[in-house]
Amino acid sequence: MELNFYLILALLLFTIGVIGVLTRRNAIVVFMCIELMLNSVNLVFVSFSSFLGNLNGQIFVFFIMTVAAAEAAVGLAIIIALYRNKSTINLDEINILKW
Amino acid sequence: MVDYFYLITVLPLVGFLINGLFGAKIKNEKVSGIIGSLMVLGSFIITVMAYLHITSLPENSRTITIPLFNWITTGSLNISAAYLVDPLSVTMCLIITGVGFLIHIYSIGYMHGDKGFARFFAFLNLFLFAMLNLVLGDNMLLMFLGWEGVGLCSYLLIGFFYEKKFAGDAANKAFWVNRIGDFGFMIAMFFIFTSFGTLNFLGINTAIATAAVPVSMFTIITLMLFVGATGKSAQIPLYVWLPDAMAGPTPVSALIHAATMVTAGVYMIGRTSLLFAHAPITMEVVMIIGCLTAFMAATIAVAQNDIKKILAYSTVSQLGFMFMAMGAGAFSTGIFHVTTHAFFKALMFLGAGAVIHGMHDEQDVTKMGGLKNKMKITFLTFLMGGIAISGIPPFSGFFSKDEILAKLFFGGHYAVFGIAVLTAFMTAFYVWRLISLTFYGKPRYDESHVHPHESPALMTVPLIILAILSVVGGFIGIPHIIGPNLIEHWLEPVFAPALAILPEHHVVVSTEIGLIVTSVLVAVIAIIISLKMFKSGERLDAFSGGFYNLLRDKYRVDELYNKIIIAPLMWLTEIFYKILDVKIIDGAVNGTAKFFNSLSLDWRKLQTGIIQDYAVFSVAGIVAILLYILLR
Repeated sequence: MELNFYLILALLLFTIGVIGVLTRRNAIVVFMCIELMLNSVNLVFVSFSSFLGNLNGQIFVFFIMTVAAAEAAVGLAIIIALYRNKSTINLDEINILKW
Repeated sequence: MVDYFYLITVLPLVGFLINGLFGAKIKNEKVSGIIGSLMVLGSFIITVMAYLHITSLPENSRTITIPLFNWITTGSLNISAAYLVDPLSVTMCLIITGVGFLIHIYSIGYMHGDKGFARFFAFLNLFLFAMLNLVLGDNMLLMFLGWEGVGLCSYLLIGFFYEKKFAGDAANKAFWVNRIGDFGFMIAMFFIFTSFGTLNFLGINTAIATAAVPVSMFTIITLMLFVGATGKSAQIPLYVWLPDAMAGPTPVSALIHAATMVTAGVYMIGRTSLLFAHAPITMEVVMIIGCLTAFMAATIAVAQNDIKKILAYSTVSQLGFMFMAMGAGAFSTGIFHVTTHAFFKALMFLGAGAVIHGMHDEQDVTKMGGLKNKMKITFLTFLMGGIAISGIPPFSGFFSKDEILAKLFFGGHYAVFGIAVLTAFMTAFYVWRLISLTFYGKPRYDESHVHPHESPALMTVPLIILAILSVVGGFIGIPHIIGPNLIEHWLEPVFAPALAILPEHHVVVSTEIGLIVTSVLVAVIAIIISLKMFKSGERLDAFSGGFYNLLRDKYRVDELYNKIIIAPLMWLTEIFYKILDVKIIDGAVNGTAKFFNSLSLDWRKLQTGIIQDYAVFSVAGIVAILLYILLR
């Protein structure tokens, strides 16, 4: 039963992340929410690793953290480039991807 | 050794290609004209050689087939492009290339200064190519190629002055009316193939003897062929295009619409005479239609004022005479009349062209008069043509027309004979009305503005040659009671199989003399009456009143056709256009576009451009899949 608490926490974190991604307008906040979702997944990995007594999950988490670091750098760079071009990071105003 | 005869048709084709492809670049009337004429001259010379070659052969083997190449081979249908050289085709070729050459020469003078000069000669050469193929073709299909080809050239040359609307309309009319005839020809071809298994003329003639084909089939085939002939040779009910065809240049009227193309129907009946001989009903129909056409056209010609229209109706009338002869089984007489008619009618048309030329494009005979002193050569040559067509011996028209009358009489077709004599009377009458109003009397034109002048030698020399031919051309077919009928004897091998089937008619010498005297008397009386009425130029029309108006309006046949054929057709077209085309076809195409357009108008709003909206769809999709998995 111990596992369920971790999983529910991960679920809550993930859902908060999703809602944040869908509703917030500030690109930075959206970005942070994506990180939140990523880390909730990490939590699931770690939980199952501990629950099953298998180290694979924890190894995965290390990989994910490394990739996430690189991804954070790329994501922040995109936001900076966006700001330089559009003078805004409000996602409502960045709507050229349409018909 | 005789293979080079194919050059008869190839040379005009070469002329067409040169003038057609490079004429606009040559930009030189002399070069274009000389190339065009030389090709026809070459063709004429080879035809003469073919004639000499044929005459050197024994009489019963005067049919040569010159194979060119295999044209169509599919299943049991095997058609080779081959030329049939026999007395009939050689006679026609001599007329076509001979008269054609003279008209080419004349055209160099007549078309001088026209910006379409090279185009004109290109079309004339193409016409000769098609016409010679029609005549020389040894099977129905090659004949049909020529048949369609002359129709095309006729269309092109009637509409030669295409900037004028009436010329374009006349060209269209000629083309459409001819299509009806061509349709008949095609049907006949299909029936011939199913009945005899071949389209080769000689093959058909041999197949007739062995194939058990019912008389009704012969009748259908020949009637369909005759429908083709009525279109091309301007007989009732399809004659309406020929008078309108006068919108073309006058040499065209002379060559195509008087001397050669319009006689194609007569030639075709001659070529398929054995088929016609097996269908007595059709022969009767041919004769009656010819008779009615001759009579009707002659009555119209009496009341026309346009010099070319008079001659056009005269042509229709004379063609009627030819069909009368064909229908009466006098095939060689019909071809004989084709020959003499080619001479005198080409002459009269060219003379009319010279008059129009000299009068600065005036065609109304009521506005002419007194031209006899100003255009002496034209007058004298025209006079020869007039005497010839009226049937005064020893001019050519007398012999051929008299022989037709005699054949009708001895064939026992007394009613047709009577109408034919009446028609002959009217022929002489309207021709002399034309001559009187044009050449005699006082000038009725504005003499201060119009100065009639004689044409250049390029135009008068062909006139003189044709006048000589019109005078002496008849001696190839003098009546039996006077001497040997050369043309009948010459054409005998071609028509002998057909004549063997038809009943033979005995000629009574005393009656024939009586007939000759009658026809001469009729012509003389008509000429005298006509001269009395019109020579002074004070009286312009033969009569007045309602009937005259009817004649002047050509029995209002065009109006009738407009009402009963064209108007319903237009009505039907309108329905098809408005309902089938606009509503159904256009509706289906535009409807499809509209449907997807309206659909996309609503749905494209999903594409807001805001990334998060897209993410919502993505999440919604995942949620839906999860729900599906959970609730399954």
